[in-house]
Amino acid sequence: MSDSPPPARRPVEDRPVRIVSARPSIGLRFKEIWESRELLSYFVITDIKIKYKASALGILWSMFAPAATLAIYWVVFGKILPNSVPNFALFLFAGLLIWNFFFGVIITSTSVVVDRAGIVKKVAFPREILALSTVGTSFVYFLIQCGVMVIFMLALWHPPAWGMLWLLPLSIFALAVFAGSLGILLSAINVYLRDTRHLIEVALQLWFFLTPIVYSFEHQISKKLHHVAVGNDHILNLTWLYFLNPVTPIVMTFQRVIYAQPTVRATSVPHVPYSVLPTWPTSTYLLLNLGVLAAGLVLFAIAITVFGRLEGNFAEEL
Amino acid sequence: MTAVVQVENISKRFRLYHERHRSVKDRIIHPGGGTYTDLQALDDVSFSIDAGQTVGILGRNGSGKSTLLKCICGVLKPNEGQILVRGTLAGLLELGAGFQPELSGRDNVYLSGSMLGFSRKDVDRLFDSIVEFSELEGFVDTQVKFYSSGMYVRLAFAVAVNVDPDVLVVDEVLAVGDERFQAKCMDRIRQFQLEGRTIMLVSHNADQVRSLCDRAIVLDHGRMIADGPSGDSVRIFREALSADSRSVDAEAPVNVSISIESVTTSTGRFAAHTNEAFGFEVALTSNESFDGFFVMELHTHDGTLVTRTDPTTAPVSLSPGHQRLAVSLPALPLLDGDYELSVGLLSGFGHSVAAWREQVATLEVSYDGRASGLVPLAPRVNLA
Repeated sequence: MSDSPPPARRPVEDRPVRIVSARPSIGLRFKEIWESRELLSYFVITDIKIKYKASALGILWSMFAPAATLAIYWVVFGKILPNSVPNFALFLFAGLLIWNFFFGVIITSTSVVVDRAGIVKKVAFPREILALSTVGTSFVYFLIQCGVMVIFMLALWHPPAWGMLWLLPLSIFALAVFAGSLGILLSAINVYLRDTRHLIEVALQLWFFLTPIVYSFEHQISKKLHHVAVGNDHILNLTWLYFLNPVTPIVMTFQRVIYAQPTVRATSVPHVPYSVLPTWPTSTYLLLNLGVLAAGLVLFAIAITVFGRLEGNFAEEL
Repeated sequence: MTAVVQVENISKRFRLYHERHRSVKDRIIHPGGGTYTDLQALDDVSFSIDAGQTVGILGRNGSGKSTLLKCICGVLKPNEGQILVRGTLAGLLELGAGFQPELSGRDNVYLSGSMLGFSRKDVDRLFDSIVEFSELEGFVDTQVKFYSSGMYVRLAFAVAVNVDPDVLVVDEVLAVGDERFQAKCMDRIRQFQLEGRTIMLVSHNADQVRSLCDRAIVLDHGRMIADGPSGDSVRIFREALSADSRSVDAEAPVNVSISIESVTTSTGRFAAHTNEAFGFEVALTSNESFDGFFVMELHTHDGTLVTRTDPTTAPVSLSPGHQRLAVSLPALPLLDGDYELSVGLLSGFGHSVAAWREQVATLEVSYDGRASGLVPLAPRVNLA
């Protein structure tokens, strides 16, 4: 150390310092995630490339499963169990669009750390971005499905609610934050409890039916929730409980904007108008969306903290 | 000078489970969570590395070398303490760890460059030199799954050494590819040294550490037992190794304990002329009778191994107590220079070290002729 310094390539003195410690602060974690955004984009791009590299139809396959689901639900809930909502397929599509995104994020992020054990054990990067990359991948599929829906709407010549269109980016962003945070949390838990994935699959099935996708909130359950009888003389309004599900406001926003007609004439009894969607003002939708965003941000902070605690032992648990 | 890597009191424990409950179902059936023992992989290790140093990390299997490197790279988090790393660090814990077999070589270069912390622009600029170094010009757009394992590691190494890191951390991956490619990797590492970059290198190979590094750290059971010039550290490492193999090796005579007390010459000086005979005496004490082999090594000052003698040609029989071994070399085919002498005794079939003294003496060889280098050769030239 006493000898003269070697020919310096560039001053190392002013290079940034990275800290590896047992308990990194939450600010540091945010910073590291932000700095890895390019790697995040690589993960998304390579994910999509790999998935469709070997198939001739390529990315079209990503539309096959959603299309099949849409067709099945349309037959079951529109034809076999008729519900008298006109253009029911479009109503379904609006909700499924959101659900497919949410489902895709949760189901893939839960196992993403375990699936990518090879790099988690050997390469250093903020591991949260593995879960976040599933948000990116699912978002790409979401955009493709949106494209299909636009074609669908043109074919039916069904205009959206133009005035509320600006709500959609906010909505999907709020859901992405919430889903990504939940994904980060689950991806870490699944390392320690490997059957988390199976539990999540079951939970998502229940979650699907707690969200107004194959039925209309306004028409079919709004009144029931207003008058839930407990015992003989207690009537409770449980609407708030239903809206604790953060996917619900997002789905309803999409239905409101895309389906666009709160009040319709039923296909079965055309002279009686009834409500498919709530006739709330735009501000109510905005508030609901901001509520989901706030919940998502809180969950994000929690997820990052918990992930940080659990992450230290990933390399040895995998 | 600026510390580039600063390791502050880090400890790492691993929990070894005898019975693991890793599902919700198991946790419900066995609320205890399983039985385990703790393994202290790193115990309060602190050191700091200045810019431009090349530091070797020596240690036996399980001494915590790789754990230490993983902590520095950030793959593992220490239980206690913290590590500060200045600038970008490229960690080669395993070559091609981040490769996606389904993607082309080109995509993988960008992906793994990004994992090492370099931007798309950086990789764009370096892409051609990476491909050139890997010698895979014709295959960059082939999926990596069709690569041979040699091509795979070549590409991985090329990415790591061409992406311009401030600190390069290498974990026993230098033994890749054919000899020519290995030499190329070594050249690149020396070039890194000249450019003033910081290198950390884990190796079992003490000779490699001595010739590449100016400083070495020795780990033993998670504790740092030496940190200093590589010659000193290698000596401590070898001597710890020999002390240890006596107790571990099943082949070694169970209770034998030999200590080499001194190595002397009749003149008192370790000096000789080229191609002259040379001899020295080794004084040692053994607590039991011992049948084994004598071995000696000569190193140059910069750590190059000049020779390691074949032990099977020098069998040794010791009786209990103090005694002296006379070692004679009929001729010393070395040119002038100083050579570090190490001596030792091997037991059994020559596999385990029973006693070892590293660099006990410096042998000064003088030469009157004009040849230079290590060994004298006398070519005779005639018209053929």
